[in-house]
Amino acid sequence: MTRSKKIERLGNRQALSLLKKADILELGQSADERRKTLHPEGVVTFVIDRNVNYTNVCVNQCTFCAFWRSGDAPDAYILDDATLFSKIEETLGLGGTQILLQGGLHPDLDLDYYTRLLQSIKRRFDINIHGFSPPEICYIADSSDITIREALQILHNAGLDSIPGGGAEILSDRVREILSPKKIKSSRWLEVMEAAHGLGMRTTATMMFGSIETPEDIITHLAAVRDLQDRTGGFTAFIPWSFQPGNTEIGKKGAKAKGKGSGGKGQNRQLQTVSSAATAVEYLRVLALSRMYLDNIPNIQASWVTQGLKLAQVALRFGANDFGSTMIEENVVASTGVSYRVSQDDIVNGIKSAGFRPAQRDTCYNILKYF
Amino acid sequence: MLKRIENKVLSGGRLTAADALRLFESDDLFTVGRLADAVARKKNGKKAYFIRNRHVNPTNICVNRCRFCAFSRSKGQEGAFELTIREIIEKLGGRQKGRQHTALHGISEVHIVGGLHPDWPFDYYLEMIATIKKQFPKLHIKAFTAVEIDYLAKISGLDLYSTLVALKAEGLDSMPGGGAEIFSPEIRERLCPEKISGERWLEVMEIAHKAGIKTNATMLYGHVENYRHRIDHIMRLRRLQDKTGGFQAFIPLAYHPRNTEMQGGYTSGIDDLRTIAISRLMLDNFDHIKAYWIMLGEKISQLALRFGADDIDGTIIEEKITHSAGGLTGEQMTVDQLVNLIRKAGRIPVERDSFYKKLRVYS
Repeated sequence: MTRSKKIERLGNRQALSLLKKADILELGQSADERRKTLHPEGVVTFVIDRNVNYTNVCVNQCTFCAFWRSGDAPDAYILDDATLFSKIEETLGLGGTQILLQGGLHPDLDLDYYTRLLQSIKRRFDINIHGFSPPEICYIADSSDITIREALQILHNAGLDSIPGGGAEILSDRVREILSPKKIKSSRWLEVMEAAHGLGMRTTATMMFGSIETPEDIITHLAAVRDLQDRTGGFTAFIPWSFQPGNTEIGKKGAKAKGKGSGGKGQNRQLQTVSSAATAVEYLRVLALSRMYLDNIPNIQASWVTQGLKLAQVALRFGANDFGSTMIEENVVASTGVSYRVSQDDIVNGIKSAGFRPAQRDTCYNILKYF
Repeated sequence: MLKRIENKVLSGGRLTAADALRLFESDDLFTVGRLADAVARKKNGKKAYFIRNRHVNPTNICVNRCRFCAFSRSKGQEGAFELTIREIIEKLGGRQKGRQHTALHGISEVHIVGGLHPDWPFDYYLEMIATIKKQFPKLHIKAFTAVEIDYLAKISGLDLYSTLVALKAEGLDSMPGGGAEIFSPEIRERLCPEKISGERWLEVMEIAHKAGIKTNATMLYGHVENYRHRIDHIMRLRRLQDKTGGFQAFIPLAYHPRNTEMQGGYTSGIDDLRTIAISRLMLDNFDHIKAYWIMLGEKISQLALRFGADDIDGTIIEEKITHSAGGLTGEQMTVDQLVNLIRKAGRIPVERDSFYKKLRVYS
């Protein structure tokens, strides 16, 4: 690895070789140096927010997901206004600035539902709505027979501020065909992000790794994100996190395509199984490589919700400079049985004891308050 | 910054307490890690060890009241328990194979530590060891910390050496390294005022080594001590090891705050890795540094295998002490999980016996 001061852009072949072969300590050190160059002030940021999942009914039924229900499931729900508003009030009371508004692809909800939802929040509260990942945007557009850009414009006008980078999983259609055959293809995910950036909305980008992808698929994903960022500059942060197999279809040992309302009839779905989550070393390897490769994305998030506080602290020395959000409420990862719960104090103290200065930020990474 | 220390390590020189302080205070986590990794590889190659073991705690009733402990209870207090010897044997389980029992889960070692029970006579402990040995002759019995041994000497009226010899005669094979905490008297005063002193702990270990009993050594860090206290602790262990050579592994233990009188916070993952690495660098006369996954978490333990540790402990099956204080891991790991963690860290998993003899290499 070259130690030259000039930062040269990593090529795909070089990145692949690092991902496969680099010594984890050397890769970590390079990423740490890169992070120091980009964020020399030694500040680690986080946002105070709450995940609000308006429904768990979803037609996509991804094999890696433990959150979705079919419409007739006994615990299927659509959040009512009173509950929604009290969740937001609570968030503001805790110093929150953002809600992460996401949900399943519910067949009975139409564009009116979403615009009314956004407007009803914005009328009452001064809070950033970070909401609707690309699969939801596409679903809303398709079910109203309008373009992605039109849907985004309508939602933006109704109060949608920014878009979370979920649903990217791995931006390789080979992998998506197995993991989430009903979910939008890579090109549409990227199309939503490009359109959102075009409308002046900032977004994040995620990557869920550690399921059935190859190292090549990871590079494909990173390359797609970097290319788009070169064109738009609209991504604020990149968030790699690892697949959590608990309670998911693909995580079940020897899983056969199981009933759970999945409409894979007659389809010969190739169902591989993944019984254990990516280990710490694998997580840090991907994280460090992301920092090295994504030279045009300012922030890399550590995922304490999937990795736990201690490994998230270590991640701050392997390329990450942001601790994500306090997640006053989180349901999706928790449904896999992984429930690292931490308080805001834990986050502040965790950042401090890792040797950094904690700061609360807003959605666009403006610092609001130092601790 | 660390060049001089680096040169010393790479040429096989011995680091001083001042070097240790520089390492603790250095922000250069990766150089510290890489040096420790190099030393670990020199000692153990690319091997990382695990063991099929089981923990048994005969009682949580304890006359001491250590302020960092969430496990201990008084007699009659809610949650207090006392296992009979029969219950201990049942925990070790087993199918009857001919006339001999095979220990459950194919374990090769039982790790026994417990509270300092106010009423149990010395004979109870002798009988416990003897009965386990009789039922499971092949099972290695690693039992009683230095603190318990001191207490057993007290209740038996024997000196330390005779106490240890008596236990050994019944089947005690080796001793764990617990109860060391931090040796410094000023820290012990705040942490565990009733517990034996650091000097006494070292004395018990020295005599155990003389009696032919191998032991481990631990250090509980991340509470009220500072780096100097940790370094003093490590240096005292190094001096005793120079004298006896009886320590097998050093095990830094990350403090857990929940349900304890002291409270405070968890250690940071970075501090955990740094402490493992510096232990490896300082304790040049210890063959093994153990990343005890129950206390570090399986993620940090795995990473520790690249920061100087060569051992990740074992299957454990049931764990009460750390879990009383807010342990965040499960209580057991399967061999498959341990092998996977070690492999993914780029190390070769080796199942060991209690003396680090290879039982099986998972190449």
